[in-house]
Amino acid sequence: MKKMYKAFSGAIGMGLVLTGLALGQGNTTLNALFMKQAAYSEEDVQNMTAEFEKANPSIKVNLEFVPYESLRDKTIAAQASGGYDVVLFDTIWPAEYAKNGFLLDVSSRINKADQNKIFTGAWSTVQSKGKYYGMPWILDTKYLFYNTEILEKAGFKNPPRTFQELMTQAEVIKQKNLVQYPLVSSWSQSEALVADYTSYVAAFKGRFVDTSDRPVFQNGGGLKALEWMVDSVKKGLSNPNSREYAEEDVRRVFSSGQAAFALNWTYMYNLTQDPAESKVVGKVGIVPAPGAVGGAAVSAVNGSMGLGITRTSKLANEAWKFINHLTSQKVQNRYAKNSLPIWKTSYADPIVSKGQEAVIKAANISIGAMYSRPTVVRYAEWSNVLQKALQEALLGKTTAKAALADAAKQVATLK
Amino acid sequence: MTQQTDKKTAWWMLAPLLLIVLGAIGYPLIRTLLLSFTNARLTGYSDPIQFVWLENYWQAITNSAFRESAGRTTYFVLVNIGLELLLGVLVALLLNQAFRGRAIVRALLIIPLALPTVVSAIMWRWIYNPEFGVLNALLTQLGLLGQYRSYLGEPDLAMNMIILADVWKNYPIVALVALSALQLIPKELFEAAAMDGASAWTRFWRITLPSIIPALTVVIVLRTIEAVKVFDIIFVMTKGGPASSTRTLSFEVYQEAFSSLKAGSGAAYSYLVVLISAVLIFLYIWLLRRQERQ
Repeated sequence: MKKMYKAFSGAIGMGLVLTGLALGQGNTTLNALFMKQAAYSEEDVQNMTAEFEKANPSIKVNLEFVPYESLRDKTIAAQASGGYDVVLFDTIWPAEYAKNGFLLDVSSRINKADQNKIFTGAWSTVQSKGKYYGMPWILDTKYLFYNTEILEKAGFKNPPRTFQELMTQAEVIKQKNLVQYPLVSSWSQSEALVADYTSYVAAFKGRFVDTSDRPVFQNGGGLKALEWMVDSVKKGLSNPNSREYAEEDVRRVFSSGQAAFALNWTYMYNLTQDPAESKVVGKVGIVPAPGAVGGAAVSAVNGSMGLGITRTSKLANEAWKFINHLTSQKVQNRYAKNSLPIWKTSYADPIVSKGQEAVIKAANISIGAMYSRPTVVRYAEWSNVLQKALQEALLGKTTAKAALADAAKQVATLK
Repeated sequence: MTQQTDKKTAWWMLAPLLLIVLGAIGYPLIRTLLLSFTNARLTGYSDPIQFVWLENYWQAITNSAFRESAGRTTYFVLVNIGLELLLGVLVALLLNQAFRGRAIVRALLIIPLALPTVVSAIMWRWIYNPEFGVLNALLTQLGLLGQYRSYLGEPDLAMNMIILADVWKNYPIVALVALSALQLIPKELFEAAAMDGASAWTRFWRITLPSIIPALTVVIVLRTIEAVKVFDIIFVMTKGGPASSTRTLSFEVYQEAFSSLKAGSGAAYSYLVVLISAVLIFLYIWLLRRQERQ
């Protein structure tokens, strides 16, 4: 009996020691918020995190993946509960996040030696009023995807360099009945529409706001951009269903061979080369989005995203360590198939370019030409107004001029 | 034991439940009401909050976007509930008849209800897809449609198509409730009426309908509350587009609270939504009670 008692108490003691060790080892848990679609896949992020946890056994990371549409809402709603330590944020949010104290100012944590090694466009994703609110992570812009077979049949050796040329090529493709609607776009009432419009604004050398943050998109390049979009629908060159499409719909239509041209993010390229997802494998070209006659040589919208630390986080050091791991050149180079690195020298690395040489070639030009959507504090409201105005013009409910003039009047009040 | 002690014991027994109800329902309700009278914002800083009293409500009423959304919501509710009632009662009448496989059909009725709204919304988005959707394939193969068309990209059509998707999801509630009420009607009533020479229509109008109205009132009230605050199905299917033609009141609440970060006016907007459903519910109950009396 005594023996049994000894063995029993020994076992309990051992258990307590082991539990203590285990608790001592993994007592730091980071909560991180990521998105489900586009760029890095969930599996990519899980693998990157597993590598981080292996290298830092005292830190555990809980990952949460939500649709893009929920990313901002979740971050804002978590302010009361202090739910997340690390959050992924879009290039359009830093001004608002900074003003409202959602993110920690990490300017002092940024490694000065890295500043010139990372693209300027990537840095602009995480900045507001000269301060840094995170590290850029996903470097993305919209490219022009084209179906090489359709262009060949239509008699074109090269993809269009300007939107005017795109219109001409699309007209020939339609006349030859190669496809019913040569261009497909993500013009549903969503942020995707504003991102597309931004590309067009960049091509026609328009601007959203002047130096005093007053809206100017209703004139000049901003107006020409929308007029081109409306014109393409009226002429039957843009797929009219674009007005209800998001990026994934665009990918499906283009991948089924029903469109000659599409504007979309980088992620579409690899999926168009997957036979399980695409009927146009080996027939896809990718180049920078066109410029415009009398406008820019190429166009690009800044669609990058960054990783930041919430101001409510009590684990800022650990969170920064995790962010540094995910944004490191070594990690980014290894996972470059779904999202291109933020590091300039990565583009010469064969690990990055292998199998996606065309993407890299286009990226080398597009990344330097990225144009940002307005970096205003009340961007979410700005975008809602713009989305409605753009849709009204695209649906023919009003003219491009009237729609933009009305939108400019509304956003001017959003101070 | 006296009656007084009995009452006391009852209150003590009920106390835990009352506390939970007050905490889980009462507290948020009162807190939101108080918030609706302030200029509170959703920020990471503890900004001072000021009482603006009815200013938020006034701003909502004078906001043309809010009024337009109220109109669209009313349309959604009336058409939606109307169709659900019609389809639900018809299906219930059918399932009340004896036929082979009735049990299986009754079980099948549960499927749309069991599906999460988001799943059903994604499914209907696929059905309505203008290039690959089965609705286009079906209608063109039947010769009812010349060529594939868009359903969710047309401002005049999008709301009706969402209503159809929502009716499919929710009419089984009406059908199940109506069916249970139908089964309670004594068969002798119908037999006696038939012997007296009452037609099928008269039997339905005089016996069936009055018997199921109390049950339908409950389901109408429940469905109205749900329909007035509709958000998820629309958010998944059109995000309020095209050109805001499917934006309902919940979108205004969402935009005010989350896009504009105005917790105060967001709360006021949501109280106005509650007020609208309360008005509709009272109207229904009054109409149905009147019919019941007749």
